[in-house]
Formats: sequence, C-alpha cells, structure tokens
Amino acid sequence: MSHTDIVISGFGGQGVILTGIVLGKTISIYSDGYATMTQNFGPEARGGACTAQVVIDNDKIRYPYVQVPDIMIIMSQEAYEKHEPSLSPDGMLLFEEELVEPGPARDKIRMYGIPATRFAEELGNPMVLNMIMLGFLSGTSGLIEPIPARNAIAASVPGHFIELNHLAFNKGYQYGKGLVAGEMLAGKISG
Amino acid sequence: MVQADPVGVLTGTHYLDGDHAAAEGACSAGCRFFAGYPITPSTEVAERVALRFPLIGGTFIQMEDELASIAAVLGGSWGGLKSMTVTSGPGFSLMMENIGLGVMMEVPCVVINVQRGGPSTGLPTLPAQADMMQARWGSHGDYELIALSPNSPQECFDLTIESFNLSEQWRVPVLVMMDECIGHMTERVVIPEAGEIELVERRYTNLNPDDYLPYKPCEDLVPEMAPIGYGYRFHTTGLTHDERGYPSMNAETQQRCVGRLLDKINLNRDEIIHVDKHYLDDADIVVVSYGISSRVAIPAVEKARREGIKVGELRLVTVWPFPEKLIRELAGNVKAFIMPEINHGQVVLELERCAGGRAETRLVKHAGGWVHDPETIYEAIREAAK
Repeated sequence: MSHTDIVISGFGGQGVILTGIVLGKTISIYSDGYATMTQNFGPEARGGACTAQVVIDNDKIRYPYVQVPDIMIIMSQEAYEKHEPSLSPDGMLLFEEELVEPGPARDKIRMYGIPATRFAEELGNPMVLNMIMLGFLSGTSGLIEPIPARNAIAASVPGHFIELNHLAFNKGYQYGKGLVAGEMLAGKISG
Repeated sequence: MVQADPVGVLTGTHYLDGDHAAAEGACSAGCRFFAGYPITPSTEVAERVALRFPLIGGTFIQMEDELASIAAVLGGSWGGLKSMTVTSGPGFSLMMENIGLGVMMEVPCVVINVQRGGPSTGLPTLPAQADMMQARWGSHGDYELIALSPNSPQECFDLTIESFNLSEQWRVPVLVMMDECIGHMTERVVIPEAGEIELVERRYTNLNPDDYLPYKPCEDLVPEMAPIGYGYRFHTTGLTHDERGYPSMNAETQQRCVGRLLDKINLNRDEIIHVDKHYLDDADIVVVSYGISSRVAIPAVEKARREGIKVGELRLVTVWPFPEKLIRELAGNVKAFIMPEINHGQVVLELERCAGGRAETRLVKHAGGWVHDPETIYEAIREAAK
C-alpha cells in the first residue's frame, strides 16, 4: 500500500468523520497498512464545513498530515472550492454530483461523480450517503478492498444499522466499478 | 511490579484517538477513581472513563469545577485508589494550587492536560503547547514533578500507564501533557494482554503501626504510605512538616522537607527520563521537540538529510524533569539545537540554559491554532547549517 494522502470534506452531519474512521480502520485494522486520521474540529458541530484527513502507508506514519492530496472525497460545493486547488495534478476527485458542480478537469486528474444522496434516500436513509461515497472510493480507486471495508463498517456503526450501511457501501462500490469499466471500454484508461 | 488487572484491560487492536486511548491507559493502569470537569479538547477522555468505569468497578464523578476535581483526586488517592483527572488550559490554571498540595503531601496521581491555545479561554478547539512552563512552575514554591509528552494515540495509552507507575514510584503528581492534535488524532492502538502490562503498586509500609512515621523516607528518598483504616496513625498537611507529618514551620524543617521533595526527583533523573533519539551519532544540528511538534518536524529533518545536512532528532518523551545531562553532553558536540514549539518559547529556555552557549539554540515558534509548516523548521535547519 503506497503512501496515499486523502481529504474527505463536506458539511457537518454528512458523516465526514465517520468516513475517515471507517477508512482508517479498514486499512490499519482489517488490512495490513497504517492509517492516521485527523480532523478539523471546529465549534460548528453540525452544518458547518467539516474535513477529515487520512494518511495511508505500508509503514508507520511519522508525519500525520496531508501535504498534497492524492484523493479527494467531496460532498459540498464549499468543500470543492476550498480543497480542489490543492489536489495533486494526477490525483483523483470523487464528488457527490448533485451537491457539487465541479469546474473543468485540470491536468491528469480523474474525476468521478455519483448521486450518493439520492441513492441513500432510495435505500431509505439519507444518512448513509457517506458509506456510499466510501464504496465509491473502493470501486473507483481499489484503495480498499470490499471485505475489510465491510468488516470496518460492522465495527463502527450500531448493530441495527450495519446491514443498511453495507448495502450503501455495495451501492457505491458497484456504481464506481461500473464507471471505471465504462471508461475502460471506451479506451480512456487501461485496466 | 505486578501485572495489570484484566478487568480494566481492553486487549485488542483498536482505532482510537488520543483522548480515548489515554482513558484506556488509565483503565489498564488500575485507575479506579476519576474526578473531573469537562473541557474541550479533553472531554472525550472523561466521556470514555464515564462509560468504562461502571463496567470495571471504578468511580467517576463530575465535580462542580476543576478546583474541586483535583482536590477530589488527591482525596481519592489517599483513600487508596489510583486516581486521575483530565483538563485543558483554563482548568489546568484552576488546578495549580492543589497540584502543589499533591506535591507537598506526596500524593500519587495523574493529571492529563490536553493543551489548547491560550491565554484564558483562547482557542478551545485548536492546539498549542503553551502550558509547558505552567506545568513546571505553575504552582507556588520550589518543587519538582514529572511531565510526559505523548506524540501518538498509542503513546497516550502507554504513557498514561507509565505516568501512574511513575506517580506511585516517586509519590508525586505526574502530568501527561497532550495537545489537541494528539488528543483528536486517530490511529491504531494496540492494547496488550493484561499479563504484559507491568504496574507499580502503591508503596505501602510493612512496619508496625507503632513504628510508622508517614514522612520518613526510604533509601530512594520516598516515604511509604499507610493503608488507611488499618490502625496507622496518619497526618498530612500542606504546611511544612516533619517526619510525623505534623506542621513544623522553621527554616531547618523547610530545608529538609523541600530539599527531599526536590532530591527524590533530581537524584533519580536517570531512572525517570526517557527520550527518543534518531540520527544523533553524526549530527551537527539537533532538532529537539516533543508532542505533536516532534512529528511535524520529521519532513523537515528528512528533507535536510536528503540534502546532506547532518541533522538529528531528539524527542523529549519526558519533558520535566528536563534531560539536562544529555543536552550538556550534546552541546559539546553539535553546532546548533533547533526547537519547534507551539508557543512563543518555553521549553527552549531550558534547552538554551543547558546548552550554556556551547551550541547555538534556535526557536521555531508558533502562536498556536495549528501546527508548524514543516518548511519553517526546514528553513531553520538550513540557516543553522550555514
């Protein structure tokens, strides 16, 4: 697992921090890597801007902060405006496509959008938007495998919400896989 | 040394932030009395303790303020339980008087300070390392105590246990000087089996009650405690006291009483102090740091080394007592010390004193609210290397 810097950002209440925790757990407890999660911890517990940083490595992480993000998971327009300029020129931008209107692609950035809020509502609970985004990360980037991610979810949410969160992860995963497969068929990227 | 009671040890691999890890450290160390008053960014420690203590036979009490919290902790410890409180800057200020009482009465206890920006209410949710001199000198009078500075959630667990051990060994309040970054950073924390956690138990006397004097020191200058309720006559006070624990307010007793409080730490520094060293063997320049700043300095040190600058790292796991001997030794061999601190220059004063003009000392300051940009530390290294 090579060194990867990830920024997850949206507004409070979208489960930004939980996404970071599940991602970190997937890597550092249910896979063989190391992951450090730090968060912007402001007085705006709900509704304000909210960002988590996750640093992943196959070795112990010494410097715990993101310098140049390789991957961004963006769930609000404000988060997009704030963080996108710092994304690595060959990075990956994953965004909630009904909440974020991204500008034109720059450099070699790969951009993937998903209507995660709508999917979450279809599953019966808009709160699982975050796990759809995490599944989307898995499906598009391959950074985390579905099985350890599902284990990390089960260890992180209340018992009666595990199944719903697993369904949400699967939804995002499949949608992401579909987008990537479509690109391969179109010859845009190689397998 | 004894093994930890498995009841309090949540053996396993966890993904915890520093605050929660510190709470687990207390549970594993056998802490069973906690009195505190919630304050950001330390509240999560109290929350987890409140959740865990009812399950492991501990007592959690939320007091009316921090003055009462530390007072209750001293009482809890005298009552026979390992005791702890947690706070941040404003609460730490309120605790100062009774931390001094703890030093004077020689009460084993642990105080965690998850530092935030100050003075006053300052920056409740943002980091600083600006209570370091308060930790050393905040209470009145001459005294020595022990302060540790973890730089990861794993160390919040490990060093909280270590703090309880040190406090029992030396009968002194031990401060765990965390910061908001470490408190709210989440990483893997491995909690070992109870059998692998070694604890220093309370140093109770074996003497008969008739022969026991509460403040008669052992060879290492630490007096033994009496189990309360077993027929031992016992008196303690914040006033200058003799070996019976009775007030004896004259210059001679003051010298003996305070002299011993200082000596029991100072003469045992080698046993108490822990530091982490990296690339020191060939170093011309040494970055001295503690807490979160020690991790922020790493990209700067690595960049400088890639450019051929011989720079080493010295991390203070124990900040107080200060590793004076080591700094004096290094000062004869290196060109400069560089110290990044999230304050306007606190521990660096001690570094400068011990360097004694034999090596240059440079502070890389930061007012708080965030960590340093590693580049500013790198620039200081480059300047010093010229």
